[in-house]
Amino acid sequence: MNITKNTEAERMNFWEKIYIPEIARGLGLTLNQVFKPKFTRQYPEEVWEPEGSYRGRPVLVKEETGERCVACGLCSRVCPALAIEVQASETEKDKERYPVKFEINMLRCIFCGFCEEVCPEEAIVMSKDYHLVFQSQEEAILSKDKLEVPIAKLQDRLEFLRQYR
Amino acid sequence: MPGIVLDGQKIEAAAGKTVIEAAYENGFQITHFCWHPELSVSGNCRMCLVEIGMPKRMPDGSIQNDNEGNPVISYFPKLQIACATTIAEGMHINTKKENVVKAQDAVMEFLLINHPLDCPICDEAGQCKLQEYGYKHSAGESRFEEEKVHAPKRQSWGPTVVFDAERCIKCSRCIRFAQEVAKQDVLTFVNRSDHVTIELFDEKQFDNDYSMNVIDICPVGALTSKDFRFKARVWDMSFNDSICPGCARGCNIKLGVRNNEILRIEPRTNPYVNKYWMCDYGRLTQYKFVNENRVTEPMIRWKNELIPCSWDEAYAKAEESLKKLKPEEIMFIGSGRTANEGNYLLGKFAREIFKSGNIGLFRDIDESFKDDLLKVSDKKPNHLGAVEVGIVPGKDGVTVQNLPEKMRYKNIKALYIITDQIVDYRPIIDELDDLELIIVHAYNHTPLTKKADIVFAASTYAEIEGTYVNIDKRVQHLSPALVTSENMRFMGMKMSRLDKFGAPNDRWTQHKLRNTLPHWKILTKLAEQFNVKWNYKSAKDVFKEITEKIPSFAGMSYEKLIEYQGLTLGKAGQPDPKVINYESHVMKPN
Repeated sequence: MNITKNTEAERMNFWEKIYIPEIARGLGLTLNQVFKPKFTRQYPEEVWEPEGSYRGRPVLVKEETGERCVACGLCSRVCPALAIEVQASETEKDKERYPVKFEINMLRCIFCGFCEEVCPEEAIVMSKDYHLVFQSQEEAILSKDKLEVPIAKLQDRLEFLRQYR
Repeated sequence: MPGIVLDGQKIEAAAGKTVIEAAYENGFQITHFCWHPELSVSGNCRMCLVEIGMPKRMPDGSIQNDNEGNPVISYFPKLQIACATTIAEGMHINTKKENVVKAQDAVMEFLLINHPLDCPICDEAGQCKLQEYGYKHSAGESRFEEEKVHAPKRQSWGPTVVFDAERCIKCSRCIRFAQEVAKQDVLTFVNRSDHVTIELFDEKQFDNDYSMNVIDICPVGALTSKDFRFKARVWDMSFNDSICPGCARGCNIKLGVRNNEILRIEPRTNPYVNKYWMCDYGRLTQYKFVNENRVTEPMIRWKNELIPCSWDEAYAKAEESLKKLKPEEIMFIGSGRTANEGNYLLGKFAREIFKSGNIGLFRDIDESFKDDLLKVSDKKPNHLGAVEVGIVPGKDGVTVQNLPEKMRYKNIKALYIITDQIVDYRPIIDELDDLELIIVHAYNHTPLTKKADIVFAASTYAEIEGTYVNIDKRVQHLSPALVTSENMRFMGMKMSRLDKFGAPNDRWTQHKLRNTLPHWKILTKLAEQFNVKWNYKSAKDVFKEITEKIPSFAGMSYEKLIEYQGLTLGKAGQPDPKVINYESHVMKPN
């Protein structure tokens, strides 16, 4: 039977073995940080504003004239998690088609942004919204009224997307 | 038969055929928009341009060969359209040479100049011929910088069809269909050059009984269905093969299903029955009764009210009530709307268990429904089949003719009916109240189910596997398109994408799973209640027994019926020759 040689305990010198100087050094490091500037953010009182490149909750762009979405169903088709359900219907407007029902199941959504990438109308984009709290499964299924966001609030993302078009 | 050389391969076709016909009969594809095998040749889309040449001949008429012994071909200086060029012995055709592909690319570029980019809105997207060739033949970018020509969208052509003039590529298929097949010559081209559009003659409507076929043959989304418009994308639906139950013609159809609901019915090519067409009546009416107002579970009458119950309770109650009566007091009524399997077992049930010949079958003949193309006066899809598998009265059995009288004099006290359309029972409707017992296999809640004592929830044509026999004695196979709690496992991958992958917490799969059973299964279970064991595991087993017991079905099987698209009664050994079915444009399997 081999007896293990060269263990951690054997390699330590006397000062390391008595442990107290090491504790003092550690406390010193902590004490040092106290006087340095703070990095901590007081979330949720202090909210972080992400960049345009951030992929938060997907939302529908709403213009003054109404929604951009024509319910083509490509987002629903491309969604790898099958989070999106679209039901189209007919309108009298210039764009004949609109989503009578548009639901995103945020429990299924994986924030991949494929829906935004595939959208031919630039109607669904990833927002900066990241604090998503739901108290039930039903509540996590967002309907059209919760998904529609005025275009003014989405300028950062739309500009970001334009760079890569 | 002239032999031609297509892309270096020798093929044969009957004399007088055009190049494109010869090609598709031999399994080759030549790109085209305006050509359709059932319509006259118009030759206006120019998409089928190919290089055509004949062998060079010496002054004495013999074929000139090159050094290697191959014939020297002299090609036409310009490309020819394959749809209007008749084949000749020794003709050489090139469809994949560089100059041919370049010409086809150019045609695509011209067609796309004024075609709007509204695929996201267009119902045709996903099964569009222009999209398909767009991938194969276009550069992906437009060189056209000017404003596209705009034309009125959403023009109503009649009660069923909407026309979008912008999307139209002027192939004239709809015009030729209206003239040649529907015989309602109301469409025409107007204007010229890029302002060409299709218009209806003044104060005319495109409203014939076959109008919706133009939606299928339109290679783009210029013609859309008012009934279907924007209900679903093609890729979200599953399409399963079935037979139209609208009349005894038995048109081959495909059922477009999403979320366990039939959203549309399309014709399926069968050269021996309906070719490429089906009537608007079948298209618009034969799915509503499947989707709506269904009997979703068995019910029994309790204190003058029908209450839902389990299948076992329903069988036990049926056995108890039937045993109270004498066998000759019970009348069994088969159905021309039900597949052969159910009818066969009803006949067997009556004869084996009750030793009764009281088996009847009502007809539904409507002479005003008949026309020259497809519709026939017999409105039941399987009347011939029902008679063939034994829904005929026994030697001294009650017939449907003397049934009202027998009911009046209380000789018949109970009815066992395997379909529910009250319209079928006009002669006996007044006598129904006096009966002691009515057992119905029902699809929908109808006045008949209201009077019934026991209601078995039955699966419709869209939920079963089975066979119909059409007016020409052709046995055709139906496959299920909708899911019930009974056929769930069988359907599996045949379901549409969303239904297939839905979880219980997804709102998009919240369709109600109907607890219905096919007629043959209900009868098998009921026979078990009478201590008669029938060993049928599937509709296939029942059909196998039919083929063994009934000589006219001998030699048939589901596989053969699918392979040959139906077999004629008594002629299972001599099927119609298989041909390559032309499909203009379909959703590609995903």
